Amino acid sequence: MKEQENEFLKKLFKTEFTKMVAVISKLFGLQHIEVAEDIVSETFLSATETWGTKGIPKNPTAWLYTVAKQKTLYHFRRNKIFTDKIVPKLSPDDEPAYEIEEINFSKKNIQDSQLQMMFAICNPVIASEAQIGLALRILCGFGIDEIADAFLSNKETINKRLFRAKEKLRTEKVKIEMPGDTEIVNRLDNVLQIIYLLFNEGYYSKTQNRLLTKHLCLEAMRLGLMLAANERTNRPKTNALIALICFHASRFNARQMNDETLILYEYQKEELWDMRLINQGLRFLDFSAKGDEISSYHLEARIAYWHCTKEDSREKWEDILHLYNQLLLINYSPAVALNRTFALYKACGYEVALCEAEKLQLPNNHFYFLLLGELYKNVDHVRARLNFEKAFQLAKTQTEKEIIQTNLNAMSQE
Amino acid sequence: MEDFVILIRQLDTSYNEASDGEMEAIMKRWENWFGGIAAQGKLKNMGIRLADKGKVLKPSGVITDGPFVEIRERLAGFFVVKADSLEEATTLAHGCPVLDFGGSIEIRPFHEFQRIAIFG
Repeated sequence: MKEQENEFLKKLFKTEFTKMVAVISKLFGLQHIEVAEDIVSETFLSATETWGTKGIPKNPTAWLYTVAKQKTLYHFRRNKIFTDKIVPKLSPDDEPAYEIEEINFSKKNIQDSQLQMMFAICNPVIASEAQIGLALRILCGFGIDEIADAFLSNKETINKRLFRAKEKLRTEKVKIEMPGDTEIVNRLDNVLQIIYLLFNEGYYSKTQNRLLTKHLCLEAMRLGLMLAANERTNRPKTNALIALICFHASRFNARQMNDETLILYEYQKEELWDMRLINQGLRFLDFSAKGDEISSYHLEARIAYWHCTKEDSREKWEDILHLYNQLLLINYSPAVALNRTFALYKACGYEVALCEAEKLQLPNNHFYFLLLGELYKNVDHVRARLNFEKAFQLAKTQTEKEIIQTNLNAMSQE
Repeated sequence: MEDFVILIRQLDTSYNEASDGEMEAIMKRWENWFGGIAAQGKLKNMGIRLADKGKVLKPSGVITDGPFVEIRERLAGFFVVKADSLEEATTLAHGCPVLDFGGSIEIRPFHEFQRIAIFG
């Protein structure tokens, strides 16, 4: 098969794998999700073989759906013999035989099944890391090696993690369905949280594979948009999360020098910011305001939007400080506390910020010492240097160490 | 860590003279003060802010509209912090804007009521 065709098949796999798995799993039940994965993988294998010799058909998606249907029916029949004739002899109370339903690859059914699958997988009965892993595999069609790369782990660990997660979904009898009206608000919170983590995993990923991180972020956006397309899940929060993702993603090309090096915000070229994404973010920010709830996504989206304005002004930093103050009340995290203190520095000056920063006491956090170093630079170079050195010791990645070293070097030259 | 309730007492004339602009600046100070405690991860519960109006019920059924206490310093609200000691909790309360307007703060350890089944 030619290079070009290979590339085409890869893309097709990414978009169609998840759709087909969702539809077929719904037929078999989540407890047999591996069967669905196998059937779809086999379908793609057939495609590679057949198309390699006969060429790509006119409507490749339709071809895939037809073959997947045949394989599913075949599996049903084979399984029916097993469940009808053999299982009753083993234990009469076991699962009933499958009832065959129409296999429906209509656009509507694909969307519904994917949405239901999202709720099934983003389920707090399994650890959030496992939820993200499963989401990457089942909802985004990532290969095990890609997931391992994203988590800086190996294939074996990821396989085990996914296996255990599926096992848990089985024992908890999780179904592929939309939650009822009373449940949906809480369940949606969890789905949004997983999409948020998925995005962060991509945006702040430690992996060197930059293409992969961008892909992760775009997938998070796609899942968010899927939720926004359904009226039951199109809530202000959903829109706020999408806005947040758009604003961050708009700086993708600006923050990337090459595969290895990230460009700090300060040094980014505004021309490289993606205006289309910023405007899309603004549209979703507008939608998100149609309610009286202010979620952490609302606050973070507004902060992210401020960062799409490079110019510093008092108004900007006072508002960012205000947003971080609110965010802390909803959701404390050391990162938010540090960002809040940085905003305080920009809005109220280093004296106030230094006093507040000293109270934070985050002795294992290199960003904390980086912030202290930055603040002390205004008054006490010896202390500034000590803090930067401490940050250097604690920094986890090479990129971070280099940035801190640059700071130290700059100080020696002054 | 223990929990302490921070009770904020305010003169009921505290902000009478403040213009809109000044009020906004005061609100910002409050918010930043709260933010500072939250940034230390020591804000346990945002508590409530009490409205100005209210009634007082006294023995033998006497009801008054206030003042709530004789010294005209009324309870403005409360919230809960986490701290290692009463001293630390008191340190957290420093910088509260109410202190600049003649108010005061009470820092008190507290006991939670045992939940009684009958109340659900």
